[in-house]
Amino acid sequence: MTATATAEPVSETATSLAVRTVGLTRRFGAHVAVNSVDLEVPRGAVYGFLGPNGSGKTTTIRLLLGLMSAHAGSVELLGGPMPLAAGDVLSRVGTLVEGPAFHPYLSGRDNLRRLDAFDATTDPATQAERIGAALERVGLAAAATKTYRRYSLGMKQRLGLAAALSRPRDLLILDEPTNGLDPQGTREVRALIRELAADGTTVLVSSHLLAEIEQVATHVGIMSAGRLLRQGSLDEVLGVTAALLRVETREPERAAAALRNLGLSVESASVDHVLVGLGGLEPEAINKALVDADVPVRGLHVERPLLEDLFVQLTGEGFDVVG
Amino acid sequence: MSSADLLTVPVADPLPTPVRYRGVLRRQVVSEIRLVFRRRRNIAMLVVLAAIPVLIGTAVKLSAPRPGEGPPFVGQITGNGLFLAFAALTVCLPVFLPLAVAVIAGDAVAGEANAGTLRYLLTVPVSRTRLLLVKSMAVVTYIAAAILLIAGVGVVLGIALFGTHGVTLLSGNTVPLADGLLRAGGVGGYVFIDLLGLAAVAMFLSTLTEVPVGAMAGTVVIVIAVAVLDSVPQLGGFRGLLLTHHWLDYASLLRFHIDTSQLVHGTLVPLAYTAIFGTAAWARLSNADVTS
Repeated sequence: MTATATAEPVSETATSLAVRTVGLTRRFGAHVAVNSVDLEVPRGAVYGFLGPNGSGKTTTIRLLLGLMSAHAGSVELLGGPMPLAAGDVLSRVGTLVEGPAFHPYLSGRDNLRRLDAFDATTDPATQAERIGAALERVGLAAAATKTYRRYSLGMKQRLGLAAALSRPRDLLILDEPTNGLDPQGTREVRALIRELAADGTTVLVSSHLLAEIEQVATHVGIMSAGRLLRQGSLDEVLGVTAALLRVETREPERAAAALRNLGLSVESASVDHVLVGLGGLEPEAINKALVDADVPVRGLHVERPLLEDLFVQLTGEGFDVVG
Repeated sequence: MSSADLLTVPVADPLPTPVRYRGVLRRQVVSEIRLVFRRRRNIAMLVVLAAIPVLIGTAVKLSAPRPGEGPPFVGQITGNGLFLAFAALTVCLPVFLPLAVAVIAGDAVAGEANAGTLRYLLTVPVSRTRLLLVKSMAVVTYIAAAILLIAGVGVVLGIALFGTHGVTLLSGNTVPLADGLLRAGGVGGYVFIDLLGLAAVAMFLSTLTEVPVGAMAGTVVIVIAVAVLDSVPQLGGFRGLLLTHHWLDYASLLRFHIDTSQLVHGTLVPLAYTAIFGTAAWARLSNADVTS
């Protein structure tokens, strides 16, 4: 265990962050699985934790929860130093780590009862009610008495979510929560995350389904080969100023000239359109300038870079993507 | 921001200490015991153990062995039903009971790790020390239940089939039934302590692996290896430190004059194993990375 017990007096930044790691490092032999990661998840955020398989996401999550010990760096969860404060903090954290895991020969409800019985901070008097509500919430009420081994993959995933939701939580750490779910279930999980976030719960959700994340996340962090490459609000990371404006026109050359006059950099031009960097200008202003310059404009729309493009650019081999 | 503003920033309540409810340990142990005793495999083992005195009793009833024939104490059964319990325990002690202990205790931590449920228990959160304590209590309960079952079935069936005409001990003296039952209780307690040492070894192995069968097989291998070592006379006094060396010394309880020093020595060895391997299991689990 790392000696990070000497938490400095809780500063304002510390309390406004639900998860904070500083220089978090974990090796497996010579392989550095998590390399000096400074994770910052603001309270109330839905933080999309992205990275290809084997990039160190799950190891990071295990380190956050005190399941593994770090070789360097520190972890703060809801303001408490981990793993020291685990007893005080983890009851406020709902988790789904590397897929659901339950006893196969117990029913879904009995599995939740078992976990609840082990929690020193839950009231046994409200157990049945809370577990019933959690099962209801994930749509598993009808299958509550079935043994776990008869569950389909999607039902297992739902039970895992129910365990995380069996009591009010301040922070949810969900590792691939939509794994194995059908499209309907995926939508439900998305709605669930939005609902929880609206109630003020911080959600850290890891996934490789980027479109998924883009729809619910307020913040993202991108891991690759053990390093946290980018982190911040979705807008920051995607770079709003780097968004492109696609101008559709029959006269791309005149359009390009007019746009250059505005001080914008033209990325590409073809026979029927011009792509130009927004450069901080409002699309409306650009449209006006084009009309003033008598450029016939057929269509105009903003193309925000997709998370997927950024992801591939950062984590894939495609260095040639950067223009 | 002026210094006056800074003073009004609420710094408090970064870490509200959660309310802890009473009777948590009891809740946890009850849940764990339920898990152990509801599992079909574990029930089946108890059924097999309970069948041993039934088999011996039936066999002896059908054809009474001559004295000195068959397993220890079997010759005494016809004269006294109580000895069916002793005979059954003695038959179970070398193999059946250690096997049951290996399965239950070997599964304790490795089984949870294998199913992946260990990570969810630890993030409930349950401290690792507490988890080991709860697991141990369930294992101990199972061992006690197994011994009570064998002895209980033995006593009831023995008295039903062969009656009791005062309990004739190995030394030839006859004591009243109540005295005999007390001695039977002593034998049960002695066997219980024998098995505690083995359970601690199995639980330690259980913290080393994510494969429960590995911990179970490892425990059985240790029992066999120790029994082999115990049969090598060249090892001399060292054999007295082997886990199983004193296991059958409870025979002393069935003589009129009980050799207490032998019994004390016989219980100290398994208790020492319990302390050493229990501590090792705790140290290992406390520091292990949970990667399953």
